[in-house]
Amino acid sequence: MEDNLLLQINNISVVYSDVIQVLKGVSLEVKKGQIVSLLGSNGAGKTTTLKAISGLLKPENGKVTEGSIIYQGRPIHNSAPEEITRLGIIQVHEGRQPFKYLTVEENLRVGTATRWGKPYKKDLELVYHYFQPLVARKNRLAGYCSGGELQMLVMGRALMAQPKLLLLDEPSLGLAPFLVREIFEIIKRINEEQGTTIMLVEQNANMALQIAHYGYVMENGKIVMEDEAVKLRENPDVKEFYLGTATSGALKSYKDVKAYKRRKRWL
Amino acid sequence: MEFFFQLMVQGLSVGFLYALAALGFVMIFKSSSVLNFAHGELLAIGAFIFLVFSVRLNLPIPIAFIFTLAGTFALGFIIERLFLRPLIGEALIEVIMLTVGLAAMFKGLLLVIFGGNLFNYPDFLPKGLTIQWGAVVIQPVYVASFIIGIIFLSVFGFFFKYSSQGIYMRSVADNQPAALSLGVHVRRVFALSWAIASLVCALSGIILGIMNGINVHDISVMGLKVFPVVILGGLESIGGAIIGGLIIGLLETFTGGYVSTSLKEVIPFVVLVFILLVKPYGLFGLVEIERV
Repeated sequence: MEDNLLLQINNISVVYSDVIQVLKGVSLEVKKGQIVSLLGSNGAGKTTTLKAISGLLKPENGKVTEGSIIYQGRPIHNSAPEEITRLGIIQVHEGRQPFKYLTVEENLRVGTATRWGKPYKKDLELVYHYFQPLVARKNRLAGYCSGGELQMLVMGRALMAQPKLLLLDEPSLGLAPFLVREIFEIIKRINEEQGTTIMLVEQNANMALQIAHYGYVMENGKIVMEDEAVKLRENPDVKEFYLGTATSGALKSYKDVKAYKRRKRWL
Repeated sequence: MEFFFQLMVQGLSVGFLYALAALGFVMIFKSSSVLNFAHGELLAIGAFIFLVFSVRLNLPIPIAFIFTLAGTFALGFIIERLFLRPLIGEALIEVIMLTVGLAAMFKGLLLVIFGGNLFNYPDFLPKGLTIQWGAVVIQPVYVASFIIGIIFLSVFGFFFKYSSQGIYMRSVADNQPAALSLGVHVRRVFALSWAIASLVCALSGIILGIMNGINVHDISVMGLKVFPVVILGGLESIGGAIIGGLIIGLLETFTGGYVSTSLKEVIPFVVLVFILLVKPYGLFGLVEIERV
Protein backbone atom coordinates (compact mmCIF):
# COMPACT_ATOMS: atom_id res chain seq x y z
CA MET A 1 0.00 0.00 0.00
CA GLU A 2 1.20 3.49 -0.78
CA ASP A 3 2.28 5.66 2.11
CA ASN A 4 0.22 8.67 1.20
CA LEU A 5 -3.03 6.77 0.98
CA LEU A 6 -5.35 7.94 3.77
CA LEU A 7 -8.59 6.17 2.99
CA GLN A 8 -9.40 3.23 0.80
CA ILE A 9 -12.89 1.99 0.08
CA ASN A 10 -12.98 -1.47 -1.46
CA ASN A 11 -16.12 -2.50 -3.25
CA ILE A 12 -18.62 -1.70 -0.49
CA SER A 13 -22.33 -2.41 -0.58
CA VAL A 14 -24.65 -0.55 1.76
CA VAL A 15 -28.13 -1.76 2.63
CA TYR A 16 -30.71 0.19 4.64
CA SER A 17 -33.24 -1.69 6.83
CA ASP A 18 -31.92 -5.00 5.42
CA VAL A 19 -33.74 -4.48 2.11
CA ILE A 20 -32.95 -1.22 0.37
CA GLN A 21 -29.63 -1.45 -1.38
CA VAL A 22 -28.13 1.95 -2.00
CA LEU A 23 -24.47 1.31 -2.77
CA LYS A 24 -23.58 -1.50 -5.13
CA GLY A 25 -19.86 -1.97 -5.02
CA VAL A 26 -18.26 1.43 -4.58
CA SER A 27 -14.48 1.67 -4.58
CA LEU A 28 -12.48 4.81 -4.15
CA GLU A 29 -9.25 6.13 -2.70
CA VAL A 30 -8.38 9.34 -0.94
CA LYS A 31 -4.77 10.48 -0.80
CA LYS A 32 -3.40 12.43 2.12
CA GLY A 33 -3.61 16.19 1.73
CA GLN A 34 -5.92 16.14 -1.27
CA ILE A 35 -9.40 17.43 -1.94
CA VAL A 36 -11.41 14.64 -3.50
CA SER A 37 -14.79 15.49 -4.84
CA LEU A 38 -17.69 13.14 -5.31
CA LEU A 39 -20.23 14.19 -7.95
CA GLY A 40 -23.51 12.73 -9.02
CA SER A 41 -27.21 13.38 -9.29
CA ASN A 42 -29.69 13.14 -6.42
CA GLY A 43 -30.03 9.68 -5.00
CA ALA A 44 -26.80 8.45 -6.54
CA GLY A 45 -25.47 7.44 -3.11
CA LYS A 46 -23.00 10.22 -2.39
CA THR A 47 -24.26 11.00 1.09
CA THR A 48 -24.54 7.30 1.87
CA THR A 49 -20.89 6.86 0.92
CA LEU A 50 -19.91 9.61 3.34
CA LYS A 51 -22.03 8.11 6.09
CA ALA A 52 -20.49 4.71 5.51
CA ILE A 53 -17.10 6.26 6.15
CA SER A 54 -18.10 8.25 9.24
CA GLY A 55 -20.10 5.41 10.79
CA LEU A 56 -23.32 7.41 10.80
CA LEU A 57 -25.19 4.72 8.87
CA LYS A 58 -25.89 2.81 12.04
CA PRO A 59 -28.36 5.21 13.66
CA GLU A 60 -30.30 5.15 10.37
CA ASN A 61 -30.45 1.40 10.31
CA GLY A 62 -27.98 1.11 7.45
CA LYS A 63 -25.10 -1.34 7.19
CA VAL A 64 -22.01 -2.01 5.13
CA THR A 65 -22.78 -5.55 4.01
CA GLU A 66 -19.82 -6.21 1.75
CA GLY A 67 -16.39 -4.82 1.09
CA SER A 68 -14.18 -2.86 3.42
CA ILE A 69 -13.21 0.66 4.38
CA ILE A 70 -9.56 1.00 5.34
CA TYR A 71 -8.43 4.18 7.07
CA GLN A 72 -4.72 4.53 7.77
CA GLY A 73 -4.32 0.80 7.37
CA ARG A 74 -7.11 -0.17 9.75
CA PRO A 75 -10.60 -1.36 8.88
CA ILE A 76 -13.32 0.98 10.16
CA HIS A 77 -16.45 -0.12 8.33
CA ASN A 78 -18.15 -1.55 11.37
CA SER A 79 -16.90 0.83 14.05
CA ALA A 80 -19.17 3.11 16.04
CA PRO A 81 -19.20 6.82 15.17
CA GLU A 82 -17.61 7.66 18.54
CA GLU A 83 -14.53 5.63 17.60
CA ILE A 84 -14.34 6.85 14.02
CA THR A 85 -14.53 10.50 15.00
CA ARG A 86 -11.71 9.93 17.46
CA LEU A 87 -9.55 8.69 14.59
CA GLY A 88 -9.93 12.11 13.00
CA ILE A 89 -12.79 11.60 10.54
CA ILE A 90 -15.44 14.29 10.92
CA GLN A 91 -18.51 14.59 8.73
CA VAL A 92 -20.39 17.82 8.16
CA HIS A 93 -24.02 16.98 7.47
CA GLU A 94 -25.91 18.17 4.46
CA GLY A 95 -28.32 21.03 5.03
CA ARG A 96 -26.51 22.51 8.04
CA GLN A 97 -27.42 20.97 11.34
CA PRO A 98 -26.64 23.56 13.98
CA PHE A 99 -27.52 23.16 17.66
CA LYS A 100 -30.26 25.76 17.47
CA TYR A 101 -30.56 26.48 21.16
CA LEU A 102 -26.83 26.78 21.78
CA THR A 103 -24.93 29.97 21.08
CA VAL A 104 -22.46 30.10 18.22
CA GLU A 105 -19.50 29.69 20.54
CA GLU A 106 -21.14 26.81 22.41
CA ASN A 107 -21.76 25.15 19.05
CA LEU A 108 -18.08 25.43 18.29
CA ARG A 109 -17.19 23.99 21.70
CA VAL A 110 -19.16 20.83 20.95
CA GLY A 111 -16.50 20.24 18.30
CA THR A 112 -14.05 19.46 21.10
CA ALA A 113 -15.99 16.35 22.13
CA THR A 114 -13.39 14.01 20.65
CA ARG A 115 -10.71 15.37 22.94
CA TRP A 116 -12.65 16.36 26.03
CA GLY A 117 -10.70 18.23 28.66
CA LYS A 118 -7.93 19.42 26.34
CA PRO A 119 -7.43 23.17 25.80
CA TYR A 120 -9.36 24.56 22.85
CA LYS A 121 -8.64 28.32 22.85
CA LYS A 122 -6.20 28.06 19.93
CA ASP A 123 -8.71 26.15 17.82
CA LEU A 124 -11.36 28.71 18.57
CA GLU A 125 -9.03 31.45 17.33
CA LEU A 126 -8.26 29.43 14.22
CA VAL A 127 -11.95 28.98 13.43
CA TYR A 128 -12.63 32.68 13.93
CA HIS A 129 -9.63 33.40 11.70
CA TYR A 130 -11.14 31.41 8.83
CA PHE A 131 -14.74 32.39 9.46
CA GLN A 132 -14.58 36.06 10.38
CA PRO A 133 -18.35 36.71 10.34
CA LEU A 134 -18.80 34.30 13.25
CA VAL A 135 -16.92 36.58 15.65
CA ALA A 136 -19.72 39.12 15.73
CA ARG A 137 -22.31 36.36 16.30
CA LYS A 138 -20.42 34.60 19.12
CA ASN A 139 -23.15 34.91 21.75
CA ARG A 140 -26.20 34.65 19.56
CA LEU A 141 -28.34 31.50 19.46
CA ALA A 142 -27.43 29.54 16.35
CA GLY A 143 -31.12 29.18 15.51
CA TYR A 144 -31.26 32.86 14.67
CA CYS A 145 -28.23 32.96 12.34
CA SER A 146 -28.42 33.23 8.56
CA GLY A 147 -27.79 30.33 6.21
CA GLY A 148 -24.32 31.49 5.29
CA GLU A 149 -23.34 31.97 8.92
CA LEU A 150 -24.68 28.52 9.74
CA GLN A 151 -22.64 26.89 6.98
CA MET A 152 -19.55 28.58 8.39
CA LEU A 153 -20.61 27.53 11.87
CA VAL A 154 -20.97 23.83 11.08
CA MET A 155 -17.70 23.79 9.15
CA GLY A 156 -15.95 25.64 11.96
CA ARG A 157 -17.43 23.21 14.47
CA ALA A 158 -15.93 20.31 12.52
CA LEU A 159 -12.60 22.13 12.33
CA MET A 160 -12.58 22.38 16.14
CA ALA A 161 -12.18 18.60 16.21
CA GLN A 162 -8.83 18.92 14.39
CA PRO A 163 -9.92 16.49 11.69
CA LYS A 164 -7.47 14.58 9.51
CA LEU A 165 -10.21 13.77 7.03
CA LEU A 166 -13.09 16.20 6.68
CA LEU A 167 -16.22 14.95 4.92
CA LEU A 168 -18.25 17.86 3.57
CA ASP A 169 -21.75 17.15 2.34
CA GLU A 170 -22.99 19.85 -0.02
CA PRO A 171 -21.57 22.96 1.62
CA SER A 172 -23.06 25.15 -1.12
CA LEU A 173 -26.66 24.04 -0.58
CA GLY A 174 -29.02 26.98 -0.68
CA LEU A 175 -26.38 29.70 -0.57
CA ALA A 176 -26.01 32.76 -2.77
CA PRO A 177 -23.40 32.36 -5.56
CA PHE A 178 -21.14 34.95 -3.98
CA LEU A 179 -21.17 33.12 -0.68
CA VAL A 180 -20.58 29.77 -2.39
CA ARG A 181 -17.38 31.20 -3.86
CA GLU A 182 -16.30 32.39 -0.42
CA ILE A 183 -17.02 29.04 1.23
CA PHE A 184 -15.08 27.16 -1.42
CA GLU A 185 -12.22 29.59 -1.09
CA ILE A 186 -12.11 28.79 2.64
CA ILE A 187 -12.27 25.05 2.01
CA LYS A 188 -9.28 25.37 -0.27
CA ARG A 189 -7.37 27.42 2.28
CA ILE A 190 -8.08 24.93 5.07
CA ASN A 191 -6.79 22.16 2.84
CA GLU A 192 -3.63 24.05 1.92
CA GLU A 193 -2.82 25.69 5.25
CA GLN A 194 -3.91 22.98 7.70
CA GLY A 195 -3.11 20.03 5.48
CA THR A 196 -6.59 18.63 6.12
CA THR A 197 -7.66 16.01 3.63
CA ILE A 198 -11.14 16.80 2.37
CA MET A 199 -13.80 14.72 0.72
CA LEU A 200 -16.36 16.93 -0.90
CA VAL A 201 -19.84 15.93 -2.05
CA GLU A 202 -21.35 18.54 -4.30
CA GLN A 203 -24.08 19.31 -6.76
CA ASN A 204 -22.20 22.40 -7.82
CA ALA A 205 -19.75 20.41 -9.95
CA ASN A 206 -18.19 23.49 -11.44
CA MET A 207 -17.01 24.88 -8.11
CA ALA A 208 -16.12 21.47 -6.75
CA LEU A 209 -13.88 20.58 -9.69
CA GLN A 210 -12.16 23.93 -9.49
CA ILE A 211 -10.76 23.30 -6.03
CA ALA A 212 -10.52 19.48 -6.07
CA HIS A 213 -7.44 17.49 -7.01
CA TYR A 214 -9.31 14.35 -7.93
CA GLY A 215 -12.92 13.56 -8.71
CA TYR A 216 -15.34 10.64 -8.80
CA VAL A 217 -18.71 10.55 -10.54
CA MET A 218 -21.45 8.38 -9.04
CA GLU A 219 -24.63 7.07 -10.63
CA ASN A 220 -27.10 4.65 -9.11
CA GLY A 221 -24.87 3.52 -6.28
CA LYS A 222 -21.80 2.96 -8.42
CA ILE A 223 -18.72 4.90 -9.39
CA VAL A 224 -18.96 5.43 -13.13
CA MET A 225 -16.01 7.67 -13.77
CA GLU A 226 -12.91 8.89 -11.99
CA ASP A 227 -10.01 11.10 -12.97
CA GLU A 228 -7.89 14.08 -12.06
CA ALA A 229 -10.18 17.03 -11.51
CA VAL A 230 -8.55 18.94 -14.38
CA LYS A 231 -9.25 16.12 -16.79
CA LEU A 232 -12.80 15.59 -15.51
CA ARG A 233 -13.54 19.22 -16.24
CA GLU A 234 -12.59 18.61 -19.87
CA ASN A 235 -14.53 15.38 -20.20
CA PRO A 236 -17.42 15.87 -22.67
CA ASP A 237 -19.93 13.83 -20.64
CA VAL A 238 -19.17 15.61 -17.40
CA LYS A 239 -19.36 18.90 -19.27
CA GLU A 240 -22.78 18.11 -20.60
CA PHE A 241 -24.38 16.53 -17.52
CA TYR A 242 -22.78 18.37 -14.66
CA LEU A 243 -21.19 21.55 -15.90
CA GLY A 244 -23.84 22.43 -18.47
CA THR A 245 -21.25 23.92 -20.77
CA ALA A 246 -21.15 21.39 -23.61
CA THR A 247 -23.55 23.01 -26.02
CA SER A 248 -21.45 25.68 -27.61
CA GLY A 249 -23.96 27.36 -29.85
CA ALA A 250 -25.73 24.77 -32.00
CA LEU A 251 -29.17 23.65 -30.80
CA LYS A 252 -29.42 19.97 -30.09
CA SER A 253 -32.19 17.69 -31.18
CA TYR A 254 -34.54 16.13 -28.60
CA LYS A 255 -32.92 12.78 -29.22
CA ASP A 256 -29.61 14.02 -27.90
CA VAL A 257 -31.13 15.77 -24.92
CA LYS A 258 -32.46 12.49 -23.54
CA ALA A 259 -29.53 12.36 -21.24
CA TYR A 260 -30.64 9.34 -19.23
CA LYS A 261 -30.33 7.11 -22.30
CA ARG A 262 -26.75 8.08 -22.83
CA ARG A 263 -25.88 7.77 -19.19
CA LYS A 264 -26.70 4.07 -19.37
CA ARG A 265 -23.56 3.68 -21.43
CA TRP A 266 -21.47 4.09 -18.33
CA LEU A 267 -23.00 1.35 -16.30
CA MET B 1 -47.94 39.97 59.01
CA GLU B 2 -45.78 37.52 60.88
CA PHE B 3 -47.92 34.71 59.65
CA PHE B 4 -47.41 35.98 56.10
CA PHE B 5 -43.61 35.95 56.48
CA GLN B 6 -43.70 32.56 58.05
CA LEU B 7 -45.66 31.21 55.10
CA MET B 8 -43.51 32.98 52.56
CA VAL B 9 -40.20 31.62 53.83
CA GLN B 10 -41.70 28.20 54.23
CA GLY B 11 -43.15 28.39 50.72
CA LEU B 12 -39.82 29.43 49.24
CA SER B 13 -37.99 26.57 50.85
CA VAL B 14 -40.61 24.06 49.75
CA GLY B 15 -40.28 25.71 46.35
CA PHE B 16 -36.54 25.04 46.25
CA LEU B 17 -37.25 21.46 47.18
CA TYR B 18 -39.66 21.12 44.25
CA ALA B 19 -37.20 22.87 41.97
CA LEU B 20 -34.51 20.39 42.93
CA ALA B 21 -36.82 17.45 42.32
CA ALA B 22 -37.89 18.97 39.01
CA LEU B 23 -34.26 19.41 38.00
CA GLY B 24 -33.85 15.64 37.90
CA PHE B 25 -36.90 15.35 35.69
CA VAL B 26 -35.78 18.12 33.34
CA MET B 27 -32.30 16.56 32.99
CA ILE B 28 -33.65 13.35 31.57
CA PHE B 29 -36.20 15.06 29.38
CA LYS B 30 -33.67 17.52 28.05
CA SER B 31 -31.08 15.00 26.97
CA SER B 32 -33.30 12.19 25.74
CA SER B 33 -36.90 13.52 25.48
CA VAL B 34 -38.03 10.80 27.89
CA LEU B 35 -40.70 11.62 30.46
CA ASN B 36 -39.60 9.74 33.54
CA PHE B 37 -42.62 8.35 35.33
CA ALA B 38 -40.40 6.61 37.87
CA HIS B 39 -39.42 9.99 39.25
CA GLY B 40 -41.26 9.71 42.56
CA GLU B 41 -39.79 6.25 43.11
CA LEU B 42 -36.30 7.64 42.61
CA LEU B 43 -37.07 10.15 45.37
CA ALA B 44 -38.18 7.32 47.61
CA ILE B 45 -35.14 5.19 46.82
CA GLY B 46 -32.84 8.07 47.72
CA ALA B 47 -34.66 8.62 51.01
CA PHE B 48 -34.48 4.93 51.92
CA ILE B 49 -30.83 4.53 51.01
CA PHE B 50 -30.05 7.40 53.36
CA LEU B 51 -32.19 5.71 55.99
CA VAL B 52 -30.20 2.51 55.65
CA PHE B 53 -26.85 4.28 55.91
CA SER B 54 -27.78 6.62 58.73
CA VAL B 55 -30.07 4.50 60.92
CA ARG B 56 -29.59 0.83 60.12
CA LEU B 57 -25.81 1.02 59.62
CA ASN B 58 -25.44 3.87 62.09
CA LEU B 59 -22.86 5.77 60.04
CA PRO B 60 -22.08 9.39 60.91
CA ILE B 61 -24.50 11.68 59.07
CA PRO B 62 -22.04 13.41 56.69
CA ILE B 63 -20.61 10.06 55.61
CA ALA B 64 -24.06 8.56 55.18
CA PHE B 65 -24.99 11.59 53.10
CA ILE B 66 -21.97 11.27 50.80
CA PHE B 67 -22.50 7.50 50.48
CA THR B 68 -26.12 8.08 49.53
CA LEU B 69 -25.22 10.57 46.83
CA ALA B 70 -22.50 8.30 45.44
CA GLY B 71 -24.81 5.30 45.62
CA THR B 72 -27.70 6.95 43.82
CA PHE B 73 -25.35 8.41 41.20
CA ALA B 74 -24.17 4.86 40.50
CA LEU B 75 -27.76 3.63 40.57
CA GLY B 76 -28.63 6.07 37.79
CA PHE B 77 -25.85 4.60 35.65
CA ILE B 78 -27.07 1.09 36.38
CA ILE B 79 -30.68 1.90 35.50
CA GLU B 80 -29.57 3.40 32.21
CA ARG B 81 -27.29 0.47 31.43
CA LEU B 82 -29.74 -2.31 32.32
CA PHE B 83 -33.08 -0.91 31.21
CA LEU B 84 -32.68 2.03 28.87
CA ARG B 85 -29.64 1.16 26.77
CA PRO B 86 -31.35 -1.83 25.12
CA LEU B 87 -34.17 0.48 24.03
CA ILE B 88 -31.99 3.01 22.20
CA GLY B 89 -33.38 3.40 18.72
CA GLU B 90 -36.87 2.23 19.71
CA ALA B 91 -39.90 4.52 19.66
CA LEU B 92 -40.03 7.07 22.43
CA ILE B 93 -43.35 5.81 23.75
CA GLU B 94 -41.78 2.43 24.49
CA VAL B 95 -39.11 4.07 26.61
CA ILE B 96 -41.73 6.12 28.45
CA MET B 97 -43.79 2.99 29.11
CA LEU B 98 -40.62 1.38 30.42
CA THR B 99 -40.33 4.12 33.05
CA VAL B 100 -43.91 3.35 34.11
CA GLY B 101 -42.81 -0.24 34.57
CA LEU B 102 -39.72 0.84 36.47
CA ALA B 103 -41.93 2.86 38.81
CA ALA B 104 -44.02 -0.19 39.67
CA MET B 105 -40.94 -2.32 40.12
CA PHE B 106 -39.10 0.10 42.41
CA LYS B 107 -42.15 0.73 44.50
CA GLY B 108 -42.73 -3.01 44.87
CA LEU B 109 -39.12 -3.63 45.83
CA LEU B 110 -39.19 -0.89 48.45
CA LEU B 111 -42.43 -2.27 49.90
CA VAL B 112 -40.99 -5.79 50.04
CA ILE B 113 -37.83 -4.61 51.76
CA PHE B 114 -39.13 -1.88 54.07
CA GLY B 115 -42.87 -2.37 54.26
CA GLY B 116 -45.39 0.45 54.17
CA ASN B 117 -44.62 1.92 57.59
CA LEU B 118 -43.55 5.42 58.42
CA PHE B 119 -39.88 5.79 59.29
CA ASN B 120 -37.99 8.73 60.69
CA TYR B 121 -34.44 9.95 60.49
CA PRO B 122 -32.72 10.80 63.75
CA ASP B 123 -32.95 14.47 64.50
CA PHE B 124 -29.56 15.47 63.16
CA LEU B 125 -29.97 19.01 61.86
CA PRO B 126 -28.25 21.46 64.21
CA LYS B 127 -30.65 23.60 66.21
CA GLY B 128 -28.52 26.60 65.23
CA LEU B 129 -30.15 26.51 61.80
CA THR B 130 -33.41 27.70 63.29
CA ILE B 131 -34.19 31.25 62.26
CA GLN B 132 -36.25 33.43 64.53
CA TRP B 133 -37.54 36.95 63.99
CA GLY B 134 -39.95 37.85 66.73
CA ALA B 135 -42.77 35.39 66.44
CA VAL B 136 -41.60 34.01 63.10
CA VAL B 137 -39.84 30.70 63.58
CA ILE B 138 -38.38 28.79 60.66
CA GLN B 139 -37.63 25.14 61.35
CA PRO B 140 -34.08 23.94 60.55
CA VAL B 141 -35.32 21.56 57.87
CA TYR B 142 -36.74 24.44 55.84
CA VAL B 143 -33.51 26.37 56.17
CA ALA B 144 -31.56 23.30 55.10
CA SER B 145 -33.86 22.80 52.12
CA PHE B 146 -33.29 26.42 51.16
CA ILE B 147 -29.51 26.13 51.37
CA ILE B 148 -29.20 22.75 49.66
CA GLY B 149 -31.59 23.89 46.94
CA ILE B 150 -29.63 27.03 46.15
CA ILE B 151 -26.26 25.26 46.22
CA PHE B 152 -27.19 22.37 43.99
CA LEU B 153 -29.30 24.36 41.56
CA SER B 154 -26.48 26.82 40.98
CA VAL B 155 -23.88 24.06 40.69
CA PHE B 156 -25.93 22.34 38.00
CA GLY B 157 -26.84 25.63 36.37
CA PHE B 158 -23.16 26.47 35.95
CA PHE B 159 -22.37 22.93 34.89
CA PHE B 160 -24.79 23.13 31.98
CA LYS B 161 -24.00 26.67 31.01
CA TYR B 162 -20.22 26.63 31.06
CA SER B 163 -18.64 23.18 31.38
CA SER B 164 -17.76 21.24 28.24
CA GLN B 165 -19.58 18.14 29.42
CA GLY B 166 -22.68 20.23 30.09
CA ILE B 167 -22.51 21.71 26.60
CA TYR B 168 -22.18 18.22 25.10
CA MET B 169 -25.30 17.17 27.01
CA ARG B 170 -27.23 20.12 25.68
CA SER B 171 -25.99 19.43 22.15
CA VAL B 172 -27.40 15.90 22.31
CA ALA B 173 -30.74 17.26 23.43
CA ASP B 174 -30.68 19.77 20.60
CA ASN B 175 -29.67 17.72 17.57
CA GLN B 176 -28.64 14.15 18.15
CA PRO B 177 -27.36 13.26 14.64
CA ALA B 178 -25.18 16.36 14.57
CA ALA B 179 -23.81 15.60 18.03
CA LEU B 180 -23.03 12.08 16.89
CA SER B 181 -21.17 13.35 13.83
CA LEU B 182 -18.91 15.45 16.05
CA GLY B 183 -18.03 12.49 18.21
CA VAL B 184 -20.18 13.28 21.24
CA HIS B 185 -20.58 10.03 23.15
CA VAL B 186 -24.38 9.98 23.12
CA ARG B 187 -24.79 6.86 25.25
CA ARG B 188 -22.49 8.33 27.86
CA VAL B 189 -24.55 11.52 27.89
CA PHE B 190 -27.74 9.52 28.50
CA ALA B 191 -26.08 7.58 31.29
CA LEU B 192 -24.77 10.74 32.90
CA SER B 193 -28.16 12.43 32.76
CA TRP B 194 -29.78 9.47 34.53
CA ALA B 195 -27.02 9.46 37.12
CA ILE B 196 -27.38 13.18 37.84
CA ALA B 197 -31.16 12.89 37.89
CA SER B 198 -31.06 10.05 40.37
CA LEU B 199 -28.62 12.00 42.55
CA VAL B 200 -30.76 15.15 42.77
CA CYS B 201 -33.81 12.95 43.36
CA ALA B 202 -32.03 11.44 46.35
CA LEU B 203 -31.26 14.90 47.68
CA SER B 204 -34.86 15.99 47.50
CA GLY B 205 -36.04 12.62 48.79
CA ILE B 206 -33.88 13.05 51.89
CA ILE B 207 -35.21 16.55 52.55
CA LEU B 208 -38.76 15.31 52.10
CA GLY B 209 -38.01 12.49 54.49
CA ILE B 210 -36.81 14.94 57.12
CA MET B 211 -39.91 17.12 56.66
CA ASN B 212 -42.64 14.50 56.58
CA GLY B 213 -41.07 11.20 57.53
CA ILE B 214 -40.32 8.41 55.13
CA ASN B 215 -43.09 6.31 53.67
CA VAL B 216 -42.96 4.60 50.28
CA HIS B 217 -46.40 5.82 49.20
CA ASP B 218 -46.11 9.38 50.45
CA ILE B 219 -42.76 10.05 48.87
CA SER B 220 -43.50 8.47 45.52
CA VAL B 221 -46.71 10.48 45.25
CA MET B 222 -44.52 13.55 45.56
CA GLY B 223 -43.17 12.58 42.15
CA LEU B 224 -46.49 13.80 40.75
CA LYS B 225 -45.72 17.25 42.10
CA VAL B 226 -42.95 17.71 39.58
CA PHE B 227 -45.45 17.66 36.72
CA PRO B 228 -47.07 21.02 37.46
CA VAL B 229 -43.63 22.40 38.26
CA VAL B 230 -41.95 21.38 35.02
CA ILE B 231 -44.95 22.06 32.83
CA LEU B 232 -45.30 25.48 34.38
CA GLY B 233 -41.62 26.29 33.97
CA GLY B 234 -41.21 24.68 30.58
CA LEU B 235 -40.01 21.11 30.18
CA GLU B 236 -36.55 21.96 28.87
CA SER B 237 -35.52 24.78 31.11
CA ILE B 238 -33.58 24.57 34.34
CA GLY B 239 -34.32 28.21 35.12
CA GLY B 240 -37.95 27.38 34.44
CA ALA B 241 -37.82 24.48 36.88
CA ILE B 242 -36.61 26.85 39.59
CA ILE B 243 -39.24 29.50 38.94
CA GLY B 244 -41.93 26.84 38.52
CA GLY B 245 -40.87 25.19 41.76
CA LEU B 246 -40.96 28.46 43.68
CA ILE B 247 -44.37 29.43 42.29
CA ILE B 248 -45.91 26.07 43.15
CA GLY B 249 -44.24 26.02 46.55
CA LEU B 250 -45.51 29.49 47.46
CA LEU B 251 -48.99 28.83 46.09
CA GLU B 252 -49.27 25.67 48.09
CA THR B 253 -48.17 27.12 51.39
CA PHE B 254 -50.29 30.25 51.02
CA THR B 255 -53.36 28.25 50.07
CA GLY B 256 -52.69 25.92 52.96
CA GLY B 257 -52.21 28.81 55.35
CA TYR B 258 -54.98 31.21 54.33
CA VAL B 259 -57.62 29.12 52.59
CA SER B 260 -57.69 25.51 53.57
CA THR B 261 -55.22 22.66 53.78
CA SER B 262 -57.38 20.41 51.65
CA LEU B 263 -57.30 22.85 48.73
CA LYS B 264 -53.52 22.94 48.94
CA GLU B 265 -53.05 20.00 46.60
CA VAL B 266 -55.49 21.26 43.98
CA ILE B 267 -54.61 24.92 43.56
CA PRO B 268 -51.26 24.35 41.79
CA PHE B 269 -53.03 22.39 39.09
CA VAL B 270 -55.73 25.03 38.67
CA VAL B 271 -53.12 27.75 38.25
CA LEU B 272 -51.25 25.49 35.88
CA VAL B 273 -54.26 25.31 33.58
CA PHE B 274 -54.56 29.11 33.47
CA ILE B 275 -50.89 29.69 32.80
CA LEU B 276 -50.87 27.15 30.01
CA LEU B 277 -53.81 28.94 28.40
CA VAL B 278 -51.60 31.99 28.08
CA LYS B 279 -48.20 30.38 27.55
CA PRO B 280 -48.60 26.90 26.02
CA TYR B 281 -44.86 26.12 26.14
CA GLY B 282 -44.70 26.98 29.84
CA LEU B 283 -43.16 30.12 31.20
CA PHE B 284 -39.63 29.39 29.98
CA GLY B 285 -40.14 26.49 27.60
CA LEU B 286 -38.45 26.39 24.25
CA VAL B 287 -40.47 28.10 21.61
CA GLU B 288 -39.63 26.26 18.41
CA ILE B 289 -37.19 28.38 16.42
CA GLU B 290 -38.59 28.41 12.90
CA ARG B 291 -36.48 29.68 10.08
CA VAL B 292 -37.70 29.34 6.56
